[in-house]
Amino acid sequence: MHYLIRLFVQRLALGLLTLFVVSLVIFLSIELLPGDVAQQVLGQSATPENLAAFRRELGLDQPAHTRYLDWLGGFLQGDLGNSLISGIPISQLIGERMANTFFLAGFAAVISVPLAVLLGVISALYRDSFLDKTINVATLTAISVPEFFVGYILVWLFAVELGMFPSIANLSEDAGLSERLYRTFLPALTLTLIVTAHMMRMTRASLINLLALPYIEMAQLKGASQRRLIVIHALPNAIAPIVTVIAINLAYLIVGVVIVEVVFVYPGMGQLLVDSVAKRDFTVVQTACLLFAATYILFNLASDLISIASNPRLLHRK
Amino acid sequence: MTKFGSGLQIGRRGFLAGSVALAGLTQLPRGAQAQPQKGGTFRLSVNQGGTSDTLNPAEASGSQQIMVGWALRNNLTEIGSDNKLKPELATSWSSDDAKTWVFKLRQGVTFHNGKSLAPEDVIASLNLHRGEESTSGAKSLLAGVENIAADGADTVVFTLSAANADFPFILSDYHFQIMPVGADGALDMSGVGTGGYTLESWNPGVKTVLKRNPDYWKEGAAHFDTVELLLISDSGAATTALVTGEIDAVQSAEYKTLGLLGRDRNVEIESISGGFHPTFAMQSSQAPFADNNVRLALKYGVDREALVKQVLRGHGTVANDHPVAPSMPFYDPSIEQRAYDPDKAKFHLKEAGLDNLSVSLSVSDSLFAGAVDAVTLYREHAAPAGIDVKVAREPGDGYWSDVWMKKPFFTSSWGARPVPDMIFATAYTGDWNESEFSNETFSQLMVAARSELDEAKRAQMYSDMQVILRDQGGSVIPFFRNFVYARRADVHHGEGVASNWSLDGYKAIERWWKA
Repeated sequence: MHYLIRLFVQRLALGLLTLFVVSLVIFLSIELLPGDVAQQVLGQSATPENLAAFRRELGLDQPAHTRYLDWLGGFLQGDLGNSLISGIPISQLIGERMANTFFLAGFAAVISVPLAVLLGVISALYRDSFLDKTINVATLTAISVPEFFVGYILVWLFAVELGMFPSIANLSEDAGLSERLYRTFLPALTLTLIVTAHMMRMTRASLINLLALPYIEMAQLKGASQRRLIVIHALPNAIAPIVTVIAINLAYLIVGVVIVEVVFVYPGMGQLLVDSVAKRDFTVVQTACLLFAATYILFNLASDLISIASNPRLLHRK
Repeated sequence: MTKFGSGLQIGRRGFLAGSVALAGLTQLPRGAQAQPQKGGTFRLSVNQGGTSDTLNPAEASGSQQIMVGWALRNNLTEIGSDNKLKPELATSWSSDDAKTWVFKLRQGVTFHNGKSLAPEDVIASLNLHRGEESTSGAKSLLAGVENIAADGADTVVFTLSAANADFPFILSDYHFQIMPVGADGALDMSGVGTGGYTLESWNPGVKTVLKRNPDYWKEGAAHFDTVELLLISDSGAATTALVTGEIDAVQSAEYKTLGLLGRDRNVEIESISGGFHPTFAMQSSQAPFADNNVRLALKYGVDREALVKQVLRGHGTVANDHPVAPSMPFYDPSIEQRAYDPDKAKFHLKEAGLDNLSVSLSVSDSLFAGAVDAVTLYREHAAPAGIDVKVAREPGDGYWSDVWMKKPFFTSSWGARPVPDMIFATAYTGDWNESEFSNETFSQLMVAARSELDEAKRAQMYSDMQVILRDQGGSVIPFFRNFVYARRADVHHGEGVASNWSLDGYKAIERWWKA
């Protein structure tokens, strides 16, 4: 156990360093983009005096390193700052969006993770059968189609033809859970179709790998049923690779869903990030990207910890 | 003394607003469904704006800000559904010399917070756009205002540095919304106004919810109980939501799906000719564009009919190299329309001492849908005349800062203006004179027309200016684009819709109803 805690602390420290580097990279990338906040906001109507007044107001007339250090200082003290454009505190701006993103990702994960593992186990159990092939073809087809297209097909089928679900999320703030689940069902289903194949294939592959090992043969010889063989003997040893791929997919559900958000007009982080980059709203982009980076780091860390905890050899090594 | 205002221009709405006693008479039904009905929820989607939009009208630029702003607040004047200037918070205005303008304010109007409308509110709201420190996008429109002062409890007097007969039109611009002054003397920009709706929730980039203001002063307006304004940037998502009945109206319908949409009996498509136009602007002080023959050659080299047909799928009208649209006042239909003529283009090239011409025209699809297609077609049209128009695709990001008015020949786009002077003053003189146009007669006419209060003489002056721009201007203006938008069939509007912006001049929220 001591080893796990040390690892946790080490990796967390490394994660913080990564976040610092990420923040620097983001800042420099935004600096490299043509135009600044003032020009993006004022657009065609920008006159030199207008621009100068706007920049003075936002402190954009300061040199780049001063602006970065100002932001970093505030950030380290827990002050995320305000949006450069609307002046709204970032915590407020991002809070609701982040909650929406986590809700959708959670919804999709609750469907897709059990589904993927179950399908993976089934196809490993009946490998090379018709069932296995059907599952493989279906999930691989879903992952091969661009996500916006999957979204449109679902909209066409469930919203236009059958009229069962709304084509756009259009959440109201006081919507109850069942209303939220109903209105976000199509985007969640789209995401499920996109991430299931990856996790299912990994489950299947690692199980099949394990099934060729001598200890499984031993279990078979002692008369264990096929089901018991997989669930009790093989699956615990396959946890590490499966958890790794699940972690990557969960992170994707949170950071990679911009297109699904656009198709279903879902007010998540992706849309906010796109808006903010287009407007060069540095403080919002910075915070959003750091949250995304932190998500990846934490999921990775969690999957590593689970992998180690599930493997006695790694856990009790000398 | 010339008097403008409700007395002279009786439109349906202006009449209703001005004469309460007769309101019953003017509402004689033209047909059962033309009778406005109260109630219902109006859900509409717009596609301009983002998360960072504010309620500060000085920063207003996209439809999200403009439509919400006009639901919450009023201007002194407005463009009505019939495209005529109407009194709004001002009941009448007058001027002897077009330099000193006296506006009478409407009496008995209160803001959502209970404060009565007073001259101080008007002065503070307009001063937001004036002065050194102002960051307003409409600063230049009020640059000619020297002083704004109150005269008693119901009058505001504007003093201009130079005459401007169109001044009342300027005040209808979406930036000039009237907000109340708080107890501390600061302007309240939180959404409190005199408008037909109060702000229930403001979540820019996602959804704005508005509730009907039961005390709205304007008669026959603000019919819906609740309005939900959604920002849907993906046109596919917006169209699907309209078809499935998730929303009641969309700001803009895509040409390629119009055919399918038109077949849906629950959906009505509107195609309204407006003043939005692209320009192919040349920096006419530089070679080769300094020679007017080269400019004429480029003007004869474009097949306008083909562009309207292919780029706009027929939803537009050909333009005549000047920015005055047929829907605008002082448009002169008697000016001969320039037609596609490669021979004439060749002739003018020869006059300029050239056998052929190679230019590169900057463009980006972020300007308007089909911009790159339009330039690509232009290249084909101009080729037989010996003109090689190279298509220079530029990134949409930073187009206005890095390409517009920086490259020698570039595509630009302009929204509708209510009067010719506003587009002339903006795009053909001053800071944004994008084609570096300079013409002595034109400048003189422009200034003279502002102080001319005789309508017939003014019309002649504006006609002359249209001819000058057509024959000597530095911009090829191929077409005016229609506003194409769609609504559910159970959403109705009055006889006409305004053509200054989409969705009934961006005022569908208070003008339309459900039945």
